[in-house]
Amino acid sequence: MQFRVFRFNPETDSAPHMQAFQVEVSAGMMLRDALLAIQAEDESFAFRHSCGEGVCGSDGVNVSGRNRLACITPLSELREPVEVRPLPGQPVIRDLVVDMAPFYRQYKSVQPWLVRKEPFPEQELLQLPEERDRLDGLYECILCACCSTACPSYWWNPERFLGPQALLAAYRFLADSRDQAREERLDALEGPYKLFRCHTIMNCVEACPKGLNPTKAIGQIKALMVKDAV
Amino acid sequence: MTLERRRFDALILGAGGAGLNAALQLANAELRVAVVSKVFPTRSHTVAAQGGVNAALANVLPDSWHWHMFDTVKGSDYLGDQDAIELMCREAVPTVYELEHNGVPFSRLDSGKIYQRAFGGQSQNFGGEQAARTCAAADRTGHAILHTLYQENIRAKTHFFDECFGIDLVRDPGGVVVGALVLDIATGQPLLIESKTTLLATGGCGQVFRTTSNAHINTGDGLAMALRADIPLQDMEFFQFHPTGIAGKGLLITEGVRGEGGYLVNGEGERFMERYAPHAKDLASRDVVSRAIVTEVRDGKGCGRHKDHVLLKLDHLGEEVISKRLPGIRELSRIFAGVDPVREPIPVFPTAHYLMGGIPTDRFGRVVVPAGHGAEEALPGLYAAGECACASVHGANRLGGNSLLDILVFGRLAGKDIIRYVGENSYHRPVSEDSVEQAMARLTRWDRPGEGTSVRELGKQLRKVMEDHAGVFRVEAVMDQGVEKVREIRERLQGVRLRDHSRAFNTARIEALELENMIDVGMALVMSALHRKESRGAHSRPDYPQRDDNQWMKHSLYFRGGDAMDYKPVRTRPLTVPSFPPKARVY
Repeated sequence: MQFRVFRFNPETDSAPHMQAFQVEVSAGMMLRDALLAIQAEDESFAFRHSCGEGVCGSDGVNVSGRNRLACITPLSELREPVEVRPLPGQPVIRDLVVDMAPFYRQYKSVQPWLVRKEPFPEQELLQLPEERDRLDGLYECILCACCSTACPSYWWNPERFLGPQALLAAYRFLADSRDQAREERLDALEGPYKLFRCHTIMNCVEACPKGLNPTKAIGQIKALMVKDAV
Repeated sequence: MTLERRRFDALILGAGGAGLNAALQLANAELRVAVVSKVFPTRSHTVAAQGGVNAALANVLPDSWHWHMFDTVKGSDYLGDQDAIELMCREAVPTVYELEHNGVPFSRLDSGKIYQRAFGGQSQNFGGEQAARTCAAADRTGHAILHTLYQENIRAKTHFFDECFGIDLVRDPGGVVVGALVLDIATGQPLLIESKTTLLATGGCGQVFRTTSNAHINTGDGLAMALRADIPLQDMEFFQFHPTGIAGKGLLITEGVRGEGGYLVNGEGERFMERYAPHAKDLASRDVVSRAIVTEVRDGKGCGRHKDHVLLKLDHLGEEVISKRLPGIRELSRIFAGVDPVREPIPVFPTAHYLMGGIPTDRFGRVVVPAGHGAEEALPGLYAAGECACASVHGANRLGGNSLLDILVFGRLAGKDIIRYVGENSYHRPVSEDSVEQAMARLTRWDRPGEGTSVRELGKQLRKVMEDHAGVFRVEAVMDQGVEKVREIRERLQGVRLRDHSRAFNTARIEALELENMIDVGMALVMSALHRKESRGAHSRPDYPQRDDNQWMKHSLYFRGGDAMDYKPVRTRPLTVPSFPPKARVY
């Protein structure tokens, strides 16, 4: 199978280039297996990966124009030549490895932790199954950045627009019946950029390898704001 | 070039559940804590834990920490230390409540309490009816816990060194560990972190086997660091093969599938576990189920064209239960086995999963070593917790749901003891420059030019040798050869060369350092296995089929110097309750 992969070594290259590789494939192989085969041929080829089952979120890459996790992308779904590039719009450290720091900064900025103002009981806080169900589709995020780096609004305003991932995380806590910081969370998202730069382009939904829907979460945050304003 | 140096009260190597729970205690106590992780924290392998964490909350069925303790001692095949086990089972309850208060999105019962499911080896009333002790967030419990702990650490302002690889521990002139030399992967620059205390929380080493549920990163780095610092490794022969890996791939299918009512069938359509464990059946201990599967396949009763696996059937649970309780399993089965478990069974075979052994510690997470001919003693300021540590709560076989528990409880307790230690030892000990140079040499030797075997190639050979010579069933002659082959691989390491000597994000260099670690860990494993001449828990010797409590109810210690073996007694006395004496182990 034919591959074209993005190459850039900051120590030797003045500009990035695409390099062609031929990989022998067999049934059931994932894109990560092909990238490992390329690496076996050329050990200087760098990419992140770990769990191999789509749960650690290390190997988000752009595959022929679409952001995906290499380890759960079957080669059988791809057309030749397979073009593999780093996640778009992010500073490249080397080859497919991008600097994730700006993305993590946005995540951390939404205070992604549970806030309780009352003392804790001796046992668990009670939460009904239907209350817990509201976290489904939110808590499963693996921080792979496939969504945010597929979002045009995020490309244009990566510092000021929080991006779909961080907003999904913000809503995960707004939706948690145990959290007691709703007002502060909503206040922190006010202004023209942080939340409202989302133009419901919905690239994030298409990109999410876990089937989550950040656009919907963003809509729900907006609905809470309207509700609280009334 | 001058080496950059940083100073902290506590250095934690590893950012899985153990490292992060320890860090959280320390940051909350306002100590200066550095967490070094070779991957961004939420990529640590705790994230892949599926089924849940054990605690006797009694939310579903009656339960008590004491029953949990009995099950754990029995599951360990009486090799676990009963003081540490009592402590873990008692601490389980407040630990899970604390996690919930921190925000872990546990699944819920109609009462609003935490959902608990049945898991293997669990009983009520000291060996009676099945218990339901495993607290779960669907089948993504590890993910839910790891992300929550990371979030809490951001809140507590823990200092993270993300994507930094631990090269080696550094010591003072007297040999006391005083920090570590680490490598910033992105820049390729080394950094010396001096610390009053060091916690090894680097996780497991499943990558030494070819077929494993473990991630690419599980290369036993902390285990090898300990060996190089003259610390022995304990009970390394006890490596768990999880019964239900996806056949041919090794990816984990949680025991929770059987906890929810799934069962195994062989090529004849028979529920064969009824023959091996008449009472517990599919929820017998993992060692028992893994041996049963391998035996069925060896007897020609496997499934598929090559009769090389068995089937895990769960379609009878219905789509609703599967989607609600086992959504991740459904996703994995579709992607990697091409089956939808709502309709078809999943092809499974045992996969290398978990190291019961590790760096010897006491129940406070302090690393302990033999002291002359007398009792063991704790090394000042050095701690280990999580899969790389051996407290020993799992003994010869770990129960499902006790791994998340172990990392959380002992991560937390190690954190607490570090706070005490730093309170009593306010000043940094001086770093021995020789020790720094030694650690640097470990890094720079990979800059040697020339041609040689590739890291990838030698690693592949090691994994194959480990699979062939230290698997589910082990006989003397095969293991003898295994030791020889690992020794040969260790010698061939000298001839391995990197072609790429660049600095920035050089993954080949990281893999070279990891390979060195895996070879040392692999040797510890095969040597310890060769020497234990009995069958106990996960260590199964057809040539010595019985457990031999007279001679072998003791912990193994492997030393890297001279590949030497030593032994120490099992701690059979619990803290407050009577000891559970060894009995025949039937399920």
